Amino acid sequence: MLRAALSLLALPLAGAAEEPTQKPESPGEPPPGLELFRWQWHEVEAPYLVALWILVASLAKIVFHLSRKVTSLVPESCLLILLGLVLGGIVLAVAKKAEYQLEPGTFFLFLLPPIVLDSGYFMPSRLFFDNLGAILTYAVVGTLWNAFTTGAALWGLQQAGLVAPRVQAGLLDFLLFGSLISAVDPVAVLAVFEEVHVNETLFIIVFGESLLNDAVTVVLYKVCNSFVEMGSANVQATDYLKGVASLFVVSLGGAAVGLVFAFLLALTTRFTKRVRIIEPLLVFLLAYAAYLTAEMASLSAILAVTMCGLGCKKYVEANISHKSRTTVKYTMKTLASCAETVIFMLLGISAVDSSKWAWDSGLVLGTLIFILFFRALGVVLQTWVLNQFRLVPLDKIDQVVMSYGGLRGAVAFALVILLDRTKVPAKDYFVATTIVVVFFTVIVQGLTIKPLVKWLKVKRSEHHKPTLNQELHEHTFDHILAAVEDVVGHHGYHYWRDRWEQFDKKYLSQLLMRRSAYRIRDQIWDVYYRLNIRDAISFVDQGGHVLSSTGLTLPSMPSRNSVAETSVTNLLRRESGSGACLDLQVIDTVRSGRDREDAVMHHLLCGGLYKPRRRYKASCSRHFISEDAQERQDKEVFQQNMKRRLESFKSTKHNICFTKSKPRPRKTGRRKDGVANAEATNGKPGDLGFQDTAAVILTVESEEEEEESDSSETEKEDDEGIIFVARATSEVLQEGKVSGNLEVCPSPRIIPPSPTCAEKELPWKSGQGDLAVYVSSETTKIVPVDMQTGWNQSISSLESLASPPCNQAPILTCLPPHPRGAEEPQAPLHLPSDPRPSFAFPPSLAKAGRSRSESSADLPQQQELQPLMGHKDHIHLSPGTATSHWCIQFNRGSRL
Amino acid sequence: MGSRASTLLRDEELEEIKKETGFSHSQITRLYSRFTSLDKGENGTLSREDFQRIPELAINPLGDRIINAFFPEGEDQVNFRGFMRTLAHFRPIEDNEKSKDVNGPEPLNSRSNKLHFAFRLYDLDKDEKISRDELLQVCRGAPGELVLGLCLLIIVGRNCSFL
Repeated sequence: MLRAALSLLALPLAGAAEEPTQKPESPGEPPPGLELFRWQWHEVEAPYLVALWILVASLAKIVFHLSRKVTSLVPESCLLILLGLVLGGIVLAVAKKAEYQLEPGTFFLFLLPPIVLDSGYFMPSRLFFDNLGAILTYAVVGTLWNAFTTGAALWGLQQAGLVAPRVQAGLLDFLLFGSLISAVDPVAVLAVFEEVHVNETLFIIVFGESLLNDAVTVVLYKVCNSFVEMGSANVQATDYLKGVASLFVVSLGGAAVGLVFAFLLALTTRFTKRVRIIEPLLVFLLAYAAYLTAEMASLSAILAVTMCGLGCKKYVEANISHKSRTTVKYTMKTLASCAETVIFMLLGISAVDSSKWAWDSGLVLGTLIFILFFRALGVVLQTWVLNQFRLVPLDKIDQVVMSYGGLRGAVAFALVILLDRTKVPAKDYFVATTIVVVFFTVIVQGLTIKPLVKWLKVKRSEHHKPTLNQELHEHTFDHILAAVEDVVGHHGYHYWRDRWEQFDKKYLSQLLMRRSAYRIRDQIWDVYYRLNIRDAISFVDQGGHVLSSTGLTLPSMPSRNSVAETSVTNLLRRESGSGACLDLQVIDTVRSGRDREDAVMHHLLCGGLYKPRRRYKASCSRHFISEDAQERQDKEVFQQNMKRRLESFKSTKHNICFTKSKPRPRKTGRRKDGVANAEATNGKPGDLGFQDTAAVILTVESEEEEEESDSSETEKEDDEGIIFVARATSEVLQEGKVSGNLEVCPSPRIIPPSPTCAEKELPWKSGQGDLAVYVSSETTKIVPVDMQTGWNQSISSLESLASPPCNQAPILTCLPPHPRGAEEPQAPLHLPSDPRPSFAFPPSLAKAGRSRSESSADLPQQQELQPLMGHKDHIHLSPGTATSHWCIQFNRGSRL
Repeated sequence: MGSRASTLLRDEELEEIKKETGFSHSQITRLYSRFTSLDKGENGTLSREDFQRIPELAINPLGDRIINAFFPEGEDQVNFRGFMRTLAHFRPIEDNEKSKDVNGPEPLNSRSNKLHFAFRLYDLDKDEKISRDELLQVCRGAPGELVLGLCLLIIVGRNCSFL
């Protein structure tokens, strides 16, 4: 059986294992002499076919994802099943017999484990345990309820004569069928719910149920099966008791096996310091061993591997190296995705084989109606009971989604195939019914659940990471609730979690985690942060000086002394704004003052800190993995270094860039408008124009934000570690990223003085300016180029307020007739150039150089440097979001 | 012990507590037995030491804070009424209660009362403001990275708005 399964289909692992055994020639035959060319199809047939099928499945996946529209409407599982149907039809037509079907052995031994391991390992454990009560209820009570009611109802249907008499089945047969058809299938649920994005609680309840009900399904199936085989007459009362007892044995035993292996796995990875390369392998091997062990002892294998993944994750992640983590993650996702693809495809293929099944409309329709009805009824009843205990009750909409999300899948199919035809005469009918049910749930329900969720306005999952504050308070409240439970003497959930955490901290972590993991966590981080903190503080201090020395006084301008009090952000805002206030102005128009401050603070912090290495957060998505964190970090470090180098370069060769001093005052002027609401600048020519453009940008921005958040949502969620996330400022971050990418350019070039150059060459800017630049491209033709000089003019006049007159400022001509017209023409001038050459020192840099040449004092110099830093600080922001945003925006820009 | 506890609790007192806090009869008797078991001095009030004798509470990083929440300002004894009043903050919010009793005082488990209670947990010096230091204090027991991140922010000068 296993052999047959292998020859039809198995994972590459199995194929690879088999390959060598097939290689040796059969020794009996005399060697036929040297052949130049030999065709040895039969020797490679099995693994070759396996590889081929996986390849076909993967290619199909690629094709599906070519069109976003299709995949956003139709779940991948549906497409795969349909593809399987087509392929099966082709195979049937060509070979005249159905081949390459979903074999239960293959399915349970090779296809299911990776999926379950993936889901167990990346299961959000906190969420899971928070909802454990509900999950267990649905998994155990719900499954039992479904099985018995469906089975009994079908039997009743038969008694009523609605099922054709040729379906020879008694009550026990129907109960057996009910037990296998009632279980919600993890593979199908995962495949569909992953794309629906309902809120986490709902997801974890449905998904957790589908994982944990395996134990119940296995027991029910086995018990019923053995009863059927024994014949109902021979079943003793003790057998029923044994059946009940076996439920506990199978489920608890499975969980125990999983936990034991999780422990072993964690312990093993503690000692792999010198053999890092096998770390990922260990994870897979031990998890698979857990699965096989449970299977061997006929315990719940799914439960075992789920528990193994769930239990080991914390320690394994702490122990294994970063690269191993990435490997584990990628491999797990790859295997799971591959297995899932193959399962659905084979399901489709298997359905074509008409020799296996026999149709009975009454049975099929009855089953469909019953499983839907009893699922809904069961959910409503259980939820009613659960809501008596739940702090946050599950409302009606949740219940609808839960009822509707009860998808059946390959597990049911594999189980029904496993039935013994001699013992269960109605097997063929059951097979047909199961296929229909699976197809119906996966295709019809899978297709409609997304519109349904939209229509019911189910709370969607939020893709933002919890902020530091959230995390902190969540933690605080855990403690508070645990303390109150202690006071009350009630040993409830919080009490046990608290106890568990204590235990984990005291013993388990000590035992299972490397010492170095602790060291890294405690000491190195500590030092690391202290250094960074110091940098940040000094940075802030310098920021204060910049302001007081430039004399760009604002009504609300804080003195340096007040830094610590309230106005750090004001300082910072001005400070980094003078370097690159582009983003600020965007926020200024869109966001409240607080968000703006947040953004500035964010930039400051992110500039001062390398982003620490992050750990992966649990992610349920199997198909997308965020980009390599290590790479990001490297890039970040590189950029930071680059920044430093540029800075020093600037301070030595400042003469080069005298001419670029214009933009800065302009920006400060604008910032004045936006940030401080100062009316003082009203009279200046530039202001009107700025505000206009800002307004335009605002509108475009909001659209883009939506679009991009869509495209990168999966990447966002994968980061963990300390990220200082300023709320509602993602657009700011991405801007920073853009500029960061540009600034990697090692040798800055001189570019013609232009107030908007720095601005225009930032892709985000041009991207956002879709509208704005559009307008301007026309104005170019109208407005002569000397407008530019006019513009510079007005700028320099502005600038003279703030700083000593510029040496190489263009000769004063006339002021531009219309400041806005003057500004806009810059865009087309600079857009065509590619981003690298158009790199310019941030305007402040030039200014820094100049001011340095004028004053030998150390401090002012540094102050002048600050804006540059401020400008570049934007580099180091959450890369997951930023990169993708950048691409899109940049493309937009270049399109212009 | 349970029987002794319920006998000690007078019926009218029980009714009053029920009205004030919304706990059910059985919950009150259960909590009363807990109260008496904590009350080592057997004088009908709990002192801070009584609370600190709870082993789990002693290791809870925020244990002191919770204990303080039980004591009205300036007092170091709390009777059963006060005990129940504090605990009532932790009852789930009930929608039907609001409609039932519109004119009466806001129930202790209303959203705003809960929030105020939580706020007082942070506000150590009871000046109706959460200062930087107070926030830092909360970090005790939080995971390392979290604390450091928070410390950083606080040192840099932001109070609570950016997080």
